[in-house]
Amino acid sequence: MNRYGLTIAVPRGALMDGTLERLEAIGIDTAEVRSNDRKLLFEDVGIVTMRPSDVPTYVESGAADIGITGKDVLMEQREHLVYELLDLDFGGCRMVLATKAGPDLAAEALQRLGVMRVATKYPRIAGEHFERTGRQAEIVEVKGSVELAPITGLAEAIVDLTATGTTLAENGLVIREEIATTTARLIANRVALRVRAEAVDRVVEALRGI
Amino acid sequence: MALRIPSGTRDVLPEEMAALRRIEQALLATFLEHGFGEVSTPTVEYEDTLRAAEIGLGPAYRVVDDHGELLALRADMTVPIARVVATRYADSEPPLRFCYAARAHRAVRPHRGQAREFLQAGVELFGVPGAAGTAEVLTVLSRALEAAGLREFHLGLGDARIYPSLLSAFDVPEDGRAKLLAELTTRDLAGLDRELLALDLTPEARELLSRVPRMRGSAQVLEGLPVHVADAVADLREILSLLPVDVAGRVIVDLGRAPRLGYYSGHVFEVYDPALGEPLGGGGRYDQLLGRFGREMPAVGFALGVDLLHEALAGEARGETRLGGQGS
Repeated sequence: MNRYGLTIAVPRGALMDGTLERLEAIGIDTAEVRSNDRKLLFEDVGIVTMRPSDVPTYVESGAADIGITGKDVLMEQREHLVYELLDLDFGGCRMVLATKAGPDLAAEALQRLGVMRVATKYPRIAGEHFERTGRQAEIVEVKGSVELAPITGLAEAIVDLTATGTTLAENGLVIREEIATTTARLIANRVALRVRAEAVDRVVEALRGI
Repeated sequence: MALRIPSGTRDVLPEEMAALRRIEQALLATFLEHGFGEVSTPTVEYEDTLRAAEIGLGPAYRVVDDHGELLALRADMTVPIARVVATRYADSEPPLRFCYAARAHRAVRPHRGQAREFLQAGVELFGVPGAAGTAEVLTVLSRALEAAGLREFHLGLGDARIYPSLLSAFDVPEDGRAKLLAELTTRDLAGLDRELLALDLTPEARELLSRVPRMRGSAQVLEGLPVHVADAVADLREILSLLPVDVAGRVIVDLGRAPRLGYYSGHVFEVYDPALGEPLGGGGRYDQLLGRFGREMPAVGFALGVDLLHEALAGEARGETRLGGQGS
């Protein structure tokens, strides 16, 4: 177990390096986590690793006391009863609406058909964006490689997360609208937040102090 | 054909049923010992009645009966018992004390392991206002959990008036208030700080509005709070002084509690056990609810999830004294 006595859910993927860096900075030894790509549970340092989108599930149930994940995940999975304690100010990304470069096919579809098809891994965020802006959209949920959708004609537009825009550009897509900006967040289980208040506050203070 | 049952419902077989029954009986025996009379109310009520309570959580399941009346399954026992008090006890002298063990129904989201139908046990106390009433039910709550065999539980105690009082004290404009309360209700403290920075506030106000919702712990968190929340602070102190020492020792004072359900008007509390990742029950004061049924009367009560309590007991028996269950 780590010095704080808390089980920490760590996201694999883009946020992992930044997360481990910060945990290291507040005195948690993450060497084994860095060196072992297959292992998921690191009991000695109280770390469990998982997909970012699973972090709220584990933290809500108490299988982890605290966790780190992207604001995009928290926005999409708002029903999870977890506390968002800290904006960790790394892993910055934008949630954007993108379409193929050239004439805006999505706007054209909207004008011609009254509705556009939008592929996304974030059906809730996308759906709410179009509701808010008073447009009809048919949301097509896909699990990965969202960029493929407009190229193949599955949809006219996509709503997706982008850090640099490189993948979008490589697939001939351009950003038409920015929906939200997201960063990594520290979240806590609601029982741990009260019953282990002191430990949770020590982590928060340490992370703030980096 | 597949003989399915609706998601979020389940069958209970003899071994588990025996355990659940023991828990329920331990709870009810304690409630009765403390002078709370057991009541039973219909599983279905007129939808109008349940909606008149204006609770945040409306009934989830409705059915039209053979007379064309809209009926609904109750989402908790508080509203039906309030109805009983307003009608069957309309002329009775308070205080009135009732308890129950009954099934209620709530909407669930798919694939989240939530129960659509669940057994709740709890008490409702009418006509004892303020700290005295709250302290009485907290004591019964604690004794009932002990009788069921739970050892490590804590009682998180707060007051839903605290944050709104602070917002008034610092003259936060209406749209700002709504935004801040929304962040608090959605448990987003990072968002709260962001909204605070966007508002035109003194540094002191901003610091306090950011710090107070994060404060929880022993009675010490009540020290040094501004005069604007003096009423709530005095109440919380009084509750603590009225509780038996061992019960007071289980209290985690929590200044970050936003109202859980629409009808809570002041003191709010939740039960936490280190062996369970979610609260196993909770309650609070709902002094305005009875008025909506035509009889003004202060009220306070709690409900425990019997299944959750069973889980917490099993967790404690396995020695899972910390959350997460990975050992320490």
